[in-house]
Amino acid sequence: MFAFPLLSIVTFAPLVGALIILLFVRGDDADAQKNVRWGALFATIGTFLLSLVVWARFEYGTHELQMVENVEWIGEGINYSMGIDGISLPLVLLTTFLMPLCILASWESIKFRVKEYMIAFLLMETLMIGVFCAQDLLLFYLFFEAGLIPMFLIIGIWGGDRRIYASFKFFLYTLLGSVLMLLAILWIYFDAGTTSIPALTANAIDPDNAIPASIQSWLWLAFFASFAVKMPMWPVHTWLPDAHVQAPTAGSVILAGVLLKMGGYGFIRFSLPMFPIASADFAPLIFGLSVIAVIYTSLVALVQEDMKKLIAYSSVAHMGFVTIGLFTFNVQGLEGAMFVMLAHGLISGALFLCVGVVYDRLHTREIARYGGLVNNMPRFAFVFLLMTMASVGLPGTAGFVGEFLVIVGAFEANTWVALLMTTGVILGAAYALLLYRRVVFGKLEKDDLKSLLDLSPREILIFAPIAVAVIWLGVYPSSFLDIMEPSIVYLVDHHNAALALDPAAMPSGAGTVDAAKH
Amino acid sequence: MHDFAIAFPEIFLAAASMALLMVGVFQKPGSSSNLVSWLGVLALGVTLILVLSGEGRTVSFAGLFVVDSFARFAKVLILLGSAAALVLSQGFIRREGMDRFEYPVLILIATLGMLMMVSANDLMSLYMGIELQSLPLYVLAAFKRDSTRTTEAGLKYFVLGALSSGMLLYGCSMIYGFTGATTFSDIANALQGQERASIGLIIGIVFLSAGLAFKVSAVPFHMWTPDVYEGAPSPVTAFFATAPKVAALALFLRAMLEPFGGMEADWRQIIWLISVLSMLLGAFAAIGQNNIKRLMAYSSIGHVGYALVGLTAANAEGVRGVLVYLTIYLVMNVGTFACILAMRRGDRMVESIDDLRGLAKTHKGMAMALAIFMFSLAGVPPLAGFFGKFYVFMAAINAGLYYLAVIGVLASVVGAFYYLRIIKIMYFDEPTEPLSRPIGKELGVLMAVSALLVVAFFIVPGVLVDGAAVAADSLFP
Repeated sequence: MFAFPLLSIVTFAPLVGALIILLFVRGDDADAQKNVRWGALFATIGTFLLSLVVWARFEYGTHELQMVENVEWIGEGINYSMGIDGISLPLVLLTTFLMPLCILASWESIKFRVKEYMIAFLLMETLMIGVFCAQDLLLFYLFFEAGLIPMFLIIGIWGGDRRIYASFKFFLYTLLGSVLMLLAILWIYFDAGTTSIPALTANAIDPDNAIPASIQSWLWLAFFASFAVKMPMWPVHTWLPDAHVQAPTAGSVILAGVLLKMGGYGFIRFSLPMFPIASADFAPLIFGLSVIAVIYTSLVALVQEDMKKLIAYSSVAHMGFVTIGLFTFNVQGLEGAMFVMLAHGLISGALFLCVGVVYDRLHTREIARYGGLVNNMPRFAFVFLLMTMASVGLPGTAGFVGEFLVIVGAFEANTWVALLMTTGVILGAAYALLLYRRVVFGKLEKDDLKSLLDLSPREILIFAPIAVAVIWLGVYPSSFLDIMEPSIVYLVDHHNAALALDPAAMPSGAGTVDAAKH
Repeated sequence: MHDFAIAFPEIFLAAASMALLMVGVFQKPGSSSNLVSWLGVLALGVTLILVLSGEGRTVSFAGLFVVDSFARFAKVLILLGSAAALVLSQGFIRREGMDRFEYPVLILIATLGMLMMVSANDLMSLYMGIELQSLPLYVLAAFKRDSTRTTEAGLKYFVLGALSSGMLLYGCSMIYGFTGATTFSDIANALQGQERASIGLIIGIVFLSAGLAFKVSAVPFHMWTPDVYEGAPSPVTAFFATAPKVAALALFLRAMLEPFGGMEADWRQIIWLISVLSMLLGAFAAIGQNNIKRLMAYSSIGHVGYALVGLTAANAEGVRGVLVYLTIYLVMNVGTFACILAMRRGDRMVESIDDLRGLAKTHKGMAMALAIFMFSLAGVPPLAGFFGKFYVFMAAINAGLYYLAVIGVLASVVGAFYYLRIIKIMYFDEPTEPLSRPIGKELGVLMAVSALLVVAFFIVPGVLVDGAAVAADSLFP
């Protein structure tokens, strides 16, 4: 059957834009830079519109993959296959939504090598969309890993003072995690004779083909090495504050907004459905690490003097919520985790953009250098307040829905985890409000702050869509929850069916022992 | 088919190199080697066509010489590598006073030796091929004879090469003594039914693999590589890093798998260790290097380690992996050396990594190409270098060599550091004293073609991989 390859078009549209810029824009003068900027903006907006077409054609109420494409590629069971379901679609939309804003955010702050910068971003977009659409393990790995190249260059060329250290740390950390995953992929390929993700997922509930529990543990750990670094989970999160702080604003937005989601997506797409027994066995480990991450990084965030670093640590804490939600193995927890990912993508992206706004004006990220901005930048103060509140989890914003669902899910799975996690919410409120108070409130005393201008029309244009989206997600979450629901319900059923196969595993999933206690 | 018909490509190349020698001799004294060089490239091209026109498996000269798809595959790589090396040398030999017609002729003769090596089906023809390849290489290493650094490199290479040849010969005689045969198939027949190799035979295998490991510059027989790579004239280094590596590894595969394929349990551990040590040394020792040729020497040691992972697997997938790896390695190295040869200020070649500082601002195209090669050598997908590693590790996992695979991928992460360092210097640092322009037409074309191949490989990997699979199967009848 011939189908219109819509997903491939969405995926590779930015790449086409990048190639056009590479081949047709010559020189590095002001005109060329202008052309490059507009070209990149058109490419990303075009991609966003295309992704809306995907959404429009997306069929609700089924967990089946949609818009599937299958083309022979490497052969012998390794194919170029794309497809989308309720788990990938929201993340694709998040990516395509954030990208035009990133281009706009770099409009004036990037002054040299604009062409290379925009090409790197467009390349990055192709790879990120590819990660969420790939339905073949090797194809996924290719997209997943290739993202290192543009990100390495983005941090290293356009980053801050310690950009070289940060870019190396980012690259090597992530590479170290993912090469182990590659070996696991090879093992799976030899075991199953295919790298097709749907086929491997189906194998897990097939008594003849299910991977034995002992081997699942090894494979799970290999995948874990990759996703935990990407996520990032405590204690392998240390690359993130460095990378975030040093990256240019738009780079931080992409890092926080999308790249971190790849880790969570990896868990939900691979670890949970393909190694269900190991996932259940290792859930306590995940809970432990996540709880530490939530509390510890929140405490660390409290004492940060650098705005970006503070938001970076808050990202680690939020990702702790995601991992807890994922390993509760119930619908609320998983939906919550997905929702936290979406919300965090928007909110932390917006927070980094807020930092970018003041950084562009004063060229410092030190919190103590600011104060009293509400007096001369009221519009900025409003946007920043909205995003801070969303980050804290104020009802009515996107941040609330996800956190609430995860906490509900966690209560079902393990009361202690839920309890400890809630302290993280309180600490989260503390550091976010503290940041806001120190930057925005107080007296406008410092002379150089007095001359700062409020948001320009371009900046308003960047923040408006995010603000609308944050409130939309908060007020009417079901527009996205409905997309995810069938896939997540199916995943939970799948998980329980797979555990039922294994006599050693508990029939109703992990956490039952603890759940029975209360 | 007549024996001579089977070996026609080799005979043609031998005759062509003699003819070119004549052309050179009867040219006016002091005239350029330009004509001889391009005729040499032409001769290699014709040989390539002759090689490709053969088919099936044919054994000739009483079992000394074999032509099968494995040999053809390796020969194509060798001929392409040699031709690329000849083209790469053009600008350099003219500038550096090495413009003598012997240069292309020596490359042709060495290539002939390499063709012999991959077609060797007998310990005697094996030795003959190796020597025919090595002697011109010794001369080439010392070709710039008024430079002490170069002559030192040549001498070092010669002394150590002679030592390794001695070990190889000793190994061959032990093998002959304990099996009573020199032809690979006869050795395999003699060993049929034996569960374990006798001690004498094992000693023979150890010496044989030591000699071959020297030729591919695998640890612990790698010591000559950094010095020779650094000391030899750059285009000669480019040649060393490409075609002879392919020939030696192809020979290594055949010499281990055809006669001793049935007793891999006896020799796998040796190759395992050599492979692991090479990968680790290649990864760690290159970190501190500041001379780019020396760095490429350690890089090549590391890459040989990865290729040997495929040999350790000792199955058809492994051989396929090695062949894919070698092809990709060849392309990446030709491209990288094209960049190295373009590194000059005025008439002076520069070799320090720091000389690349800020290259992305002064030479955009070259910086981009070199960055592509470095990412590819580091094995980052979707570039070709990733697929090279992918196929050898696939074979290792298939053969149950999990530790080897884990050590290998971890070493590749360490190795990524120094490739990234080059990218960092080109892209993140500010230019100091820019390199000269133009970089030369031949170099530019080779860079662009190699970079394109490296980038586009992932779109249709099947072309190469299927060919390699057919070639690999011919070693496992």
